[in-house]
Amino acid sequence: MEHLELFLKSIFIDNMVFATFLGMCSYLAVSKKVTTAVGLGAAVIFVLAITVPLNWLLDQYLLQPGALAWLGAEYADYDLSFLSFIMFIATIATMVQLVEIVVEKFSPSLYNSLGIFLPLIAVNCAILGGSLFMQSREIATLGLATTYGVGSGIGWFLAILAIAAIREKIRYSNVPPALRGLGITFIITGLMAIGFMSFGGMLTGGDDEGQKEETKSAQVETLNDTETELANNTKVIE
Amino acid sequence: MGLLSKKDAKLITDPLADNNPITIQVLGICSALAITAELEASIVMSVSVLFVLGVGNVVISLMRNIIPSKIRIIVQLIVVATLVIIVDLVLKAFAYELSKTLSVFVGLIITNCIIMGRFEAFALGNSPWRSFLDGIGNAAGYGVILIIVGFFRELLGSGTLLGIPVLGDPIEKTGLYSIGYENNGFMLLSPMALIVVGIIIWVQRSRNKALIED
Repeated sequence: MEHLELFLKSIFIDNMVFATFLGMCSYLAVSKKVTTAVGLGAAVIFVLAITVPLNWLLDQYLLQPGALAWLGAEYADYDLSFLSFIMFIATIATMVQLVEIVVEKFSPSLYNSLGIFLPLIAVNCAILGGSLFMQSREIATLGLATTYGVGSGIGWFLAILAIAAIREKIRYSNVPPALRGLGITFIITGLMAIGFMSFGGMLTGGDDEGQKEETKSAQVETLNDTETELANNTKVIE
Repeated sequence: MGLLSKKDAKLITDPLADNNPITIQVLGICSALAITAELEASIVMSVSVLFVLGVGNVVISLMRNIIPSKIRIIVQLIVVATLVIIVDLVLKAFAYELSKTLSVFVGLIITNCIIMGRFEAFALGNSPWRSFLDGIGNAAGYGVILIIVGFFRELLGSGTLLGIPVLGDPIEKTGLYSIGYENNGFMLLSPMALIVVGIIIWVQRSRNKALIED
């Protein structure tokens, strides 16, 4: 149940592209054709599913305050969390290279379809973002971290698939010249993001709200500021 | 400009408008949009990127002849990650509240495509001084868009600028609010950032027809 909830949440509510704008660069650059979009999307799911759990282990046993306690009592008060950026990105970069080599060796056909996108992925913000959100949301177990990675990947995949399909169609529409290409893509993405906001209510109506509140409080922190401001505004308007 | 030759000055002025990293080169959108609900956060983000890109470009340019091209991506990532850790620690020390607002987006400067893009496209092939100017120019171009977006979102969304109310008091109904004006809370939500950038692109390309795509 917990897994399903996190899975749906990371696909729809906290969608990488529409809620946090991660991976926008490749999202905009590689979404001209559906086939390439599918390739990149699949590569993102693949890499996120590997790096998020891996970085979870790193975070849990190396980086968190007190994480080194397994080495012995004298290491218990070490706090290496300031190193997390460099550790995460190094893990991601090496994993991407490793995956590339392995895929090339064992599945040339998969390599041909994913291959050109893999190097791009090392610098895709969605990948690092996945690990950083995993850290700041304090995801509790390795299994949940994997679910989160796969879910976020699928969310990203859906987003790029949708925009690629729309962009293929929109070529036949009469868009104002100055908006053609990039401009209209931005505006469509904005409209799609508004659509995705309607998923926000999907998982809020539970009965064990109080219990969930605690784990979630860290998760929503990033969006909290805008939300409280919004709440203030609506109050004011009333 | 006495200090800069014409060619060098162009490195700074070009990215501000006609070769803007966000609206023309489509780089660095990721972190640009999420933190622009307030002007202050936009400014801090721009300054952070300015620092990372300026210094990073110089470092990469100094090392350009000794980096083996096969592992250059990893070397670049390590350089950026180190600089970003510095920025993150400084922010945590001197502006803790703000670093909470920016949350993971400071870390995401690492994968900001502008930075890797400029390293690849410029710093690997040019002298440190020129790379520095290029870095400053591109970061400034990025900052300009961020600040414009932040300005409009904060002004229309909450009626404040840098947290100071400029349109009057919405509760006391003073200033603009006395004639029935209301804040558009929608501007604070993330989708509006995309639409505002879309509009900026529209305005820019309408003014400069050469930039229009096919």
